[in-house]
Amino acid sequence: MPTRTNKGIHIWGVLALMLAAVFLSACGGSTEETGSLTIYSGRSDTLVGPLIDRFKDDTGIEVSVKYAGTPQLAATLLEEGSNTPADVFFAQDPGGLSAVSEFMSPLNEETLNKVPRWAVSPVDAWVGVSGRARTVVYNTDQLTPVDLPDDLTGFVHPEWKGRIGWAPTNASFQTMVTAMRSMWGEEKTIQWLKDIQANNPKVYPKNTPIVSATASGEIDVGLVNHYYLHRFLAEQGNSFSARNYHPTAGGPGAIIMVSGVGILESSDNKINAQRFIEYLLSEDSQRYFVEETFEYPLAVGIPVADGVAPLTEINNPDISSSDLSDLEGTQILLREAGVIP
Amino acid sequence: MSISGAATAGLRCLTGGKGTLPAIISIPALFVGGALVLPLIYLVVRTFDAGGDIWELLFRQRVGTILVRTILLVATVAVASITLAVPLAWLTTRTDLPFRRAWVVLSALPLVIPSYVAGFIVVAALGPRGMLQQTLEGPFGVERLPDIHGFVGALITLTFLSYPYVVLTVRAGLFRIDPALEESSRVLGRGNWTTFFSVTLPMLRPGIAAGGLLVALYTLSDFGAVSLLRYETFTWAIFVQYESALDRTLGAGLSLALVILALAIIGLELFSRGRARYYSSTTSISRPPSNIRLGRWKWPALAFCSIVVAVSLIAPMSILGYWVVRGISAGEPFNLVWESVGNSVYVAALAATAAVIAALPLAVLSARYPGAFSGLLERLSYIGFALPGIAIALSLVFFGARYAPPLYQTIGLLLLAYVVLYLSPALGAVRTSLLQISPRIEEAARGLGNSPLRAFSSVTLPVARPGLLAGWALVFLLVMKELPATLILSPIGFNTLATSIWSNASEAFFARAAFPALLLIAASAIPLAFLMLRERR
Repeated sequence: MPTRTNKGIHIWGVLALMLAAVFLSACGGSTEETGSLTIYSGRSDTLVGPLIDRFKDDTGIEVSVKYAGTPQLAATLLEEGSNTPADVFFAQDPGGLSAVSEFMSPLNEETLNKVPRWAVSPVDAWVGVSGRARTVVYNTDQLTPVDLPDDLTGFVHPEWKGRIGWAPTNASFQTMVTAMRSMWGEEKTIQWLKDIQANNPKVYPKNTPIVSATASGEIDVGLVNHYYLHRFLAEQGNSFSARNYHPTAGGPGAIIMVSGVGILESSDNKINAQRFIEYLLSEDSQRYFVEETFEYPLAVGIPVADGVAPLTEINNPDISSSDLSDLEGTQILLREAGVIP
Repeated sequence: MSISGAATAGLRCLTGGKGTLPAIISIPALFVGGALVLPLIYLVVRTFDAGGDIWELLFRQRVGTILVRTILLVATVAVASITLAVPLAWLTTRTDLPFRRAWVVLSALPLVIPSYVAGFIVVAALGPRGMLQQTLEGPFGVERLPDIHGFVGALITLTFLSYPYVVLTVRAGLFRIDPALEESSRVLGRGNWTTFFSVTLPMLRPGIAAGGLLVALYTLSDFGAVSLLRYETFTWAIFVQYESALDRTLGAGLSLALVILALAIIGLELFSRGRARYYSSTTSISRPPSNIRLGRWKWPALAFCSIVVAVSLIAPMSILGYWVVRGISAGEPFNLVWESVGNSVYVAALAATAAVIAALPLAVLSARYPGAFSGLLERLSYIGFALPGIAIALSLVFFGARYAPPLYQTIGLLLLAYVVLYLSPALGAVRTSLLQISPRIEEAARGLGNSPLRAFSSVTLPVARPGLLAGWALVFLLVMKELPATLILSPIGFNTLATSIWSNASEAFFARAAFPALLLIAASAIPLAFLMLRERR
């Protein structure tokens, strides 16, 4: 019995020492090296990790990346303010980028001019690097494209009751509602939201479960971004019973949104940060977005991936990033319509 | 010495006059308490900094509806978990049930399944046109099952994820019941069943209450399962503010409201724990209890354990395995970094140790010097557990980036976050075991000339070992799957299994997410099995 007790205490002692070592080493801190770059990436490791590794290999810059969701990183950046260790914020959507625009340093004209003007921050704080389309995903066992309305207003009809899936808390959905406010006006937008609510749409936390619910027949249509479908097709093959439909009459349901990148004002590595942005806009990286993430290139004219609708086939409205920047107004509207708490 | 003297003097009045509080307990307790207060300070600053219409946003009918829904879910999950867990805990400690230790390890493992993974699994298995419906469609022509989304789905998912809390705390309690009490009851002519209900069960009240409280607060703080099963709760509403609205003011305001709700639940637990004494007056407690022979009850007992383990562990693992196989056959690449396995185990072991060490002074305080101070610290620790991880993480970003830049985004600050989040599971287990040790044993050791510290470490600690181990195991499992704080506060480039699952699942790579999820369960099982094998009979 005594030996056993001693052994137990011994193990606790070792663990406690390890703990103390961790705290002491943490207090030592580390100094900034030249030739480094710290990225906060709201796009996941799975998607952009290989691209960032290539940048590391090609330039020899010491790159460290913190991966998390775009909104969490935006909230973190807002709390950190000028104390942030980040040099660059690489975000999934313009909403997240615009939320921290005040902490970003303006980009130069040459960089901004590499992409269309609609894909750039209204205050030049960030630049879009890849495009994604809003789309309607539909179940191929139940529907064909001819059954679908030519724009989103068609879904208010009672025939769609209980058949629609949406993710009103999702940033891309909210960007689409911002587009509605800009193109339709406040009144028509809130009416549309209320009419859709009356059709009992199923509420999902994000796009992925909407696409799988559409394929399983739980819902017939879902309001999502275009690329999730292509990931399911890659994993489960062409028998996956869902496809994308881009509303033929265009409107807010056919907008193109961007993922983008900006440099933090407090960064000590602005030159490396600039190199990273130029790297993302290079032909190789743009090709990576096309082939690996099924997105639209913004800086060079290369064809999109197999199965993805080319931009020329999408009736996307002409809408600028400043028209899409009033996220706060959209949330007030969504609360008013009872769509978000 | 003067600082400790002052602290001791200042605290004496708060301990309900139950003797002098030694500085060796009061000073560490003050430090831990200080860490626990940080999130509350942050939330108050964020809520009231902006001024404006926060009250208007908080006192809305929508918020009231969500509150009622939340209370309903929390209460039912707690009751359902206790119903599953108490028989499991008793069967695996007090009877001759075959493979008892295997059942213990297997029934603890569901704790390690991240709730968003469980949500995906439940929808895939039981959802409309899910696996169950497709299986039934062929032979029975079942075309539609009742919709799993909403209350029932959330109840099932959260119950099977969180019943192990109660198993672990009740087992720790069972170990410390003096078998003489039960034997006396039997000698006095009561049967096994009557003895269980009239002697054993009342003695288990602290363990059941502690476990039930953890289940209730875990349910309160869960986002993954409720969002995927589409049942709107308070934490869901808080996440919506942080996730989509980037509205830190309303997020913080709702979090403070959640704190009040958590305090009400904690009050219930304290009430149910009561002022009773849970130790035996004699000193025979280190004697192993005799096992009850199940006889013909062995088979129903085995069936019960099998069903619980099959539903909560085997079924989810099979579905994960199916996703992996489907992904491999579709040619999915698996580029898992083994480093993340090491990182997960390393940081979870450190955090579990830190949490048990931090819990010790609080547990001693609460068990030996109950009073205003110990009550306050205990409630604070539960608040850390009830708050959504994102709120705790952002509060440490706020303090870390501003006031402790060298510590910011280091393992040290990450461990602090884990301790704030998971101190209460450790505290619950440690305190339960201390409550069942008569203070007279310590007094006797001190009467023999030992210092209080020596008496504690040579007498109390060894006897409290099951509680310490249960607390350690709980925190270890919780940290293995923790996501929001790990993502935000970990050192840059520090990947764990949980972040790897998240990274893949959030991009709909189910096959690639399923593999680290299976590894997470396996990597948790090994240390857990080791712990259980060391457990005293």
